[in-house]
Amino acid sequence: MDWTAILLTGLAGVLATAGPLVMAAIGEALSERAGVVNLSLNGTLILSAMTGFAVAVATGSLAAGFLGGAAVGAAAALLVAAAGITLRQSQVAVGFVLALTLRDLAYFLGTPFIGAAGPRLDVLPVPVLERLPVVGSLLFRQDVMTYASFLLVAAAWVWIYRTRPGLTLRGLGEQPAAAFVRGADVTRLRYLYTVAGGALVGLAGPMYSLSVKAGWKGTISGLDGLGWIALALTIFGGWHPLRIAAGAYLFAFLQWLGVVLQPFLPGIPSQVLQVAPFPFMILTLVLVNVGQAEWTGRLLALMPEGGRRRLAGLLRLLRANPPAALGQTFERE
Amino acid sequence: MIRARSLWLQAGGPVIGAGVAVLAAAGLLLLAGVSPLEAFRQMGLGAFGSANRMADVLVVWGPLALVTAGLLATFAAGLWNIGIEGQIVMGAIGVTGVLRLLQDAPLSPWLVLAIALAAGMAAGAAWAVLAGLLKTIGGVNEIFGGLGLNFIASALILWLIFGPWKRPGIGSMSGTEPFPEALGLPNLAGTRLSLWSLALGLAAVGVMALLLSRSVLGLRLRAVGSNARAAFLLGVPTRRHLLTAFGMCGALAGMAGFVQVTAVYHRLIPSISSGYGFLGLLVALIIRCRASWVVPVAAFFAAITIGGIQLPIALQLDSSLSGVLQGLLVLGVLFSDGFRHRAAARS
Repeated sequence: MDWTAILLTGLAGVLATAGPLVMAAIGEALSERAGVVNLSLNGTLILSAMTGFAVAVATGSLAAGFLGGAAVGAAAALLVAAAGITLRQSQVAVGFVLALTLRDLAYFLGTPFIGAAGPRLDVLPVPVLERLPVVGSLLFRQDVMTYASFLLVAAAWVWIYRTRPGLTLRGLGEQPAAAFVRGADVTRLRYLYTVAGGALVGLAGPMYSLSVKAGWKGTISGLDGLGWIALALTIFGGWHPLRIAAGAYLFAFLQWLGVVLQPFLPGIPSQVLQVAPFPFMILTLVLVNVGQAEWTGRLLALMPEGGRRRLAGLLRLLRANPPAALGQTFERE
Repeated sequence: MIRARSLWLQAGGPVIGAGVAVLAAAGLLLLAGVSPLEAFRQMGLGAFGSANRMADVLVVWGPLALVTAGLLATFAAGLWNIGIEGQIVMGAIGVTGVLRLLQDAPLSPWLVLAIALAAGMAAGAAWAVLAGLLKTIGGVNEIFGGLGLNFIASALILWLIFGPWKRPGIGSMSGTEPFPEALGLPNLAGTRLSLWSLALGLAAVGVMALLLSRSVLGLRLRAVGSNARAAFLLGVPTRRHLLTAFGMCGALAGMAGFVQVTAVYHRLIPSISSGYGFLGLLVALIIRCRASWVVPVAAFFAAITIGGIQLPIALQLDSSLSGVLQGLLVLGVLFSDGFRHRAAARS
């Protein structure tokens, strides 16, 4: 194998490992676009990974495993929606408690499946297209769920920005009162998007346990923390599918880089390299947010004309505004 | 009639919520093929079966009460201090740094411990204020800033333990070289419990309760928490008060880190926070930040944590049942609150 082949295999792996993050973060974006924060991601992801693996082992069917994972995600989201929308409790509080509880639940219920031999999603090359140079081995020699993650990015973008229901969706999170006046059933739609988004998060779990990090190893499955990253990606991506995907690929690329560079950096313990991408994500988050802090405008006004334009343009490019009614309950007056 | 009903809902709601939570946990145990009664009995034995185990419950209670007391301040100001895990870690790192620096110095051990405590509190407070600055200046929601800082703190502690502070020879997950006995808080014979940890916990809860209910600062924090915009218009410097709340919470988290290093482990280990920061958030949520409930509920949650350790040995169950039970209890109370408000709104 020459160097290009190694590099291409590595990058194809990056696209695959980012798949579940893309899935979960876009699911969360749909929910937040509708105005509901589902903070349970870290727990949901781990429980759906365990459930997906257990179901696949028990039934021998990968499809059943993914369905099981999606059901777990939808159920967790339904709890957040019921508490936040119907019972007027803090969405953040319920989501946070679920993030901890569902993780422990996964470890508790998953004990019998630790180290079990289970099925694994096979790579399914797309005929003809896989022969394309470079692109073929990157995009068209993946498994079904990775293809699904590619398609989801495009589908979510079209849905949010190019369809009528997508316009309503954006309205739900920005100005629910206006959406209501225009005939949208705010409560029902919020439930719908939260549960659908949760189901996508629930698909991300089995994408790990049945493909990217196949198997279930209890507390050392290496999934703890990824749900928080998916949440950060939603914000880093400005609730925009394409930018979320870019963030997920960047994160997966950094993790891969950490593994590849390890032999060349003997001074840095491997444990540190593994967590390094996490703080990096947060730094990016800061950069994204600096653009909308009120003092940035004042600071920019003090700068010379030429540089100011360029910097303002850059900040505008990075800028991301959260849905205005995020986390708020909607009262019909 | 309505009054009697609302009174009943007031007292009965959380109890019913907790009852449903316990039933749900029992259901899970049946699912795992174990008698719930036997599992709960084993947890009770694990927590209270001997003097040593009761001491272990109190070992957890000390730092847990400290972080929960700190969270009263941030919740009063309307802040979700999820970064508290990292604040405990940074506190422990500060403490370890001072102890390493001064362990061979010709100083009284008590003086060294006092300096270490100050350094730990300062480090925890600094990490918390950083989350606060990210929020007030950077516009980063404290939940995400805090999570990021948690990750950075855990990367830092791993780097220290496997790098500059590693044991002679090879670094390992078992932590740094233990400190000499003189540089630890005195433990009760045969236990990991130090009365100092209990005293610090009680003092923190008491001071924080008084501060929040009886002082001008407490009043202002609560004003910022209930309506930041209105408080600002009335002349309360919102930004400074948010940072103050973060600082107070971080200092107490750092104190919890001090207890973990000097009374419990006598060295720095990668999991030095033991997850008490998040557990403290659960305690604060279930008691809805009423200071008078911190002491008993933190003790109850500590007992669940210690009781769970018994499960793998006695029943081949994973000890994560403790976390599940704690989480279900909080969920049960949150949902019962929701149902109560809904019922009140309808009547």
